[in-house]
Amino acid sequence: MKQYSRIILYGDYGDREVAGSGGQDASHRDWPLWEVFIRSKQGLDHKHVGSLHAADAAMAIENARDVYTRRQEGVSIWVVESRYIHASNPDEAESLYDPANDKVYRHPTFYDLPDELTHM
Amino acid sequence: MNTESVAVTPEEHFQDKVNREVKIEPRDWMPEKYRQTLIRQISQHAHSEIVGMLPEGNWITRAPSLRRKATLIAKVQDEAGHGLYLYSAAETLGISRAEMIDQLHSGKAKYSSIFNYPTLNWADIGAIGWLVDGAAIMNQVPLCRTSYGPYARAMVRICKEESFHQRQGFEILLTLSKGTEAQRRMCQDAINRWWWPSIMMFGPSDDASPHTAQSMKWKIKRISNDELRQKFVDVIAEQVKILGMTLPDEALAWNEARGHYDFGTINWEEFWNVISGNGPCNRERIAARIAAHEEGAWVREAASAFAEKQRQRSGGKDEKAVA
Ligand SMILES: [Fe+2]
Ligand SMILES: [Fe+2]
Repeated sequence: MKQYSRIILYGDYGDREVAGSGGQDASHRDWPLWEVFIRSKQGLDHKHVGSLHAADAAMAIENARDVYTRRQEGVSIWVVESRYIHASNPDEAESLYDPANDKVYRHPTFYDLPDELTHM
Repeated sequence: MNTESVAVTPEEHFQDKVNREVKIEPRDWMPEKYRQTLIRQISQHAHSEIVGMLPEGNWITRAPSLRRKATLIAKVQDEAGHGLYLYSAAETLGISRAEMIDQLHSGKAKYSSIFNYPTLNWADIGAIGWLVDGAAIMNQVPLCRTSYGPYARAMVRICKEESFHQRQGFEILLTLSKGTEAQRRMCQDAINRWWWPSIMMFGPSDDASPHTAQSMKWKIKRISNDELRQKFVDVIAEQVKILGMTLPDEALAWNEARGHYDFGTINWEEFWNVISGNGPCNRERIAARIAAHEEGAWVREAASAFAEKQRQRSGGKDEKAVA
């Protein structure tokens, strides 16, 4: 399976750019890529909404505000340079998440209890 | 992968996911053709949003009232955002932003042929909102269910924002349609000029689009060009009555048996001619994009230099952590 995996992965783009030898090919002419996370309202987690290019963090936040929160979609913005995001390998998804499948006893419905028992 | 299961090729595994409506995400295995098709389609779509700002931007300074000016600015700003969402989605497939911009400027990448028509007067802004954004919405709504995750998510965001675009356009035409004789003529004239290019926006007819079958199988595309075009004609043929105007097509007639409007033959020669660079404004549009890009180069360089200086000053330490 592995040999079929493409090497271009989400986030690698930022790596290429930083590791680059300063050559003239197109990928070296962009500002770094940033991932944008928005808290839509107090009490909720920040959620990934997309990405953008910016020269630095301050610009990334300003641009994120302009493109991702024009309609009050958020009260707080996080940005992180894409190259700092580490991701699990999708090819390993089964071994990573499958064990949870046969541990049904982690779910409350696994337990056989009388109907009279309430408030539990 | 579970080695005990019957050996399936990555392609079969991929198609099975698509069939089960499981979204494909950037790091998942995908056929090279799927990746290339998506890059082409999403980047063309992004370019259309960006070039599409030009004909409308042309009227921002001449909008007839402050209200119209504010809404037009908001709409054009939305289109810039749409371009960004789509470029970002395409970048997850391994193409850089700069490469895509190069392809637009060199003419290698196409954009929607509609934006190669001129906006001659204010009524055109109404016709664009109603017909051009209307056709775009018709195209984009089914793309919210496209099989590639980042593209689908970008489309959901875009569709939410599009809803005011068409309404503001229709409102402009509605106002003109209730105005003086001259204003009513303006309204009809704009509809006459934008109608045919709008229905060309759905692309060549199904028997002339060789890639449709594969794109439908991969669920990149969910509804065929002709089907979408028919839906659009059916909707607009009714809406135009509210304006008390007509569509410039003598063959347009309700067909009871089909349950659809029949309409005339599209001038495909014009369509291909505009696509291949010979529309009324092709050269002007690309020249405007290239000028904007080149004249902005010093700003991009200055911002990079500034960021680099800040990094060196902080001794490579990370900027303030967020809490
Ligand atoms: Fe748009
Ligand atoms: Fe729009």
